[in-house]
Amino acid sequence: MWIFGFIALLVKIGLVLGGLLFVAAYLVWVERKLLARLQVRLGPNRAGKFGLLQPIADSIKLLTKEDIVPEAADRVLFLIAPAIVAVTALLMFAVVPFGTELLIAGQVIPLVVSDLNVGLLYVFALSSLGVYGVALGGWASNSKFALLGGIRGAAQMISYELALGLSLVPVVMLARSFSLVEIVNAQADYPFVLVQPVSFIIFFIAAMAESKRIPFDLPEAENELGAGYHMEYSGMRFGLFFLGEYVHMQILGALLAVFFLGGWRGPLLPPVVWLTIKMILAALVMVWIRGTLPRLRYDQLMVIGWKVLIPAALINIVITGAFIVY
Amino acid sequence: MTLYSLLFYLLAIIILASTVMAVTRRNLVHAIIYLVVSFFGSAMLFYLLGAPFLAAIEVIIYAGAIMILFLFIVMMIDVDRHKERLFPIRQCLPAIIFGLVYAAVGLMVTFGHSGSKASMPIAVATPNAFGRFVFEHHWLAVEIVSLLLLVALIGALYLGRLKIEKSAAAGKETP
Repeated sequence: MWIFGFIALLVKIGLVLGGLLFVAAYLVWVERKLLARLQVRLGPNRAGKFGLLQPIADSIKLLTKEDIVPEAADRVLFLIAPAIVAVTALLMFAVVPFGTELLIAGQVIPLVVSDLNVGLLYVFALSSLGVYGVALGGWASNSKFALLGGIRGAAQMISYELALGLSLVPVVMLARSFSLVEIVNAQADYPFVLVQPVSFIIFFIAAMAESKRIPFDLPEAENELGAGYHMEYSGMRFGLFFLGEYVHMQILGALLAVFFLGGWRGPLLPPVVWLTIKMILAALVMVWIRGTLPRLRYDQLMVIGWKVLIPAALINIVITGAFIVY
Repeated sequence: MTLYSLLFYLLAIIILASTVMAVTRRNLVHAIIYLVVSFFGSAMLFYLLGAPFLAAIEVIIYAGAIMILFLFIVMMIDVDRHKERLFPIRQCLPAIIFGLVYAAVGLMVTFGHSGSKASMPIAVATPNAFGRFVFEHHWLAVEIVSLLLLVALIGALYLGRLKIEKSAAAGKETP
């Protein structure tokens, strides 16, 4: 019956990717609407009721625009850089469980695309590969602003990756597994945020820095660098960078839910709905923070990463270890 | 030919080709990208041979962290300058000798060993079992390696400190 499993896998991949792209499109709308409210504006309101058709109009516009490659650019790298960003972001969702098992026609279908026993490391591997999209996009454009953006992006992402990784070590210690399915199962009694609030905060801050959103948006700082690493891009390649960012927001929400908020667990509603609610809530908080905080200076960014988050994460690991042993 | 051996040879070809490309590229950024592909291929190979933990670590540390640091430096270098020329023969000779020795040893291992005909059993080492094995049998080596890394870390910190203090002292004198 491997054919059945194969079809189930394809259906799952299709649903997950479709869902991610759909939510990404409407996350842009939600972000624009919410930011507008925070800044006492109206936001998109022309295309459809409440501007609900705006994402569709935007994607049609992006798809039909001319795809310009600057003459001095490194053509091949310039063309693949946005794809690296989008693909690594989309692939990360493969290990996120969105429910227990489903029984269809006597076949057990686990509600996760792939339950890797190194799932957590897989997520990190992809996020460290995602840095290449930013760095290469900036370099291949052969423009000073884009290069500066790319270098800033690479520096920021490798600095905060450490804090991100270290903040999850206590979670792995508590769950005794790298598998995201096992981590959710370990939170059957209580979500880890109750016992690991420090990890939760470190992870959230580091994750926001990884997705380059406003308090940490130095790689694309509009008023100093134009648009940073994606300055020379147009049409759907620019769109792919944005798609990557909004898919990344969802991934962070999902990972936050899986590692600290009990994943798909929750009363009454079906598991998938709970996971979606937690994801969207995390995304909304990120939009709220974007509307509230100014951008950090470069030295502040590095100080927070290296001198605050990493030591705090290390101390947290030692304390958690002591608690587990004694 | 099973699916596994097919994948193995496919990965081997990718690794070999990308490594050759990495060595021969004049554009340093391109060389780094080929090297990243090569590391990624090796990680896939580890996964295929039943070591998912090693595969993930290979991508995170080598393809992710270390090559990004290389890229970081190389990106700031102007690529198309200098006349392109080959290395002098004097520098080529050791490379050729070592290459030949390496090839000879490789051929000897491939054809001389009786075990090369037998196919490898498919086994998967879970991260849990891997960690247990390493810490139960080779804990001393693990501790020594981690001490080595600590020394490197402290050394880097010291060098950085020295520079900051020097520039601070110089800054005080000039005005």
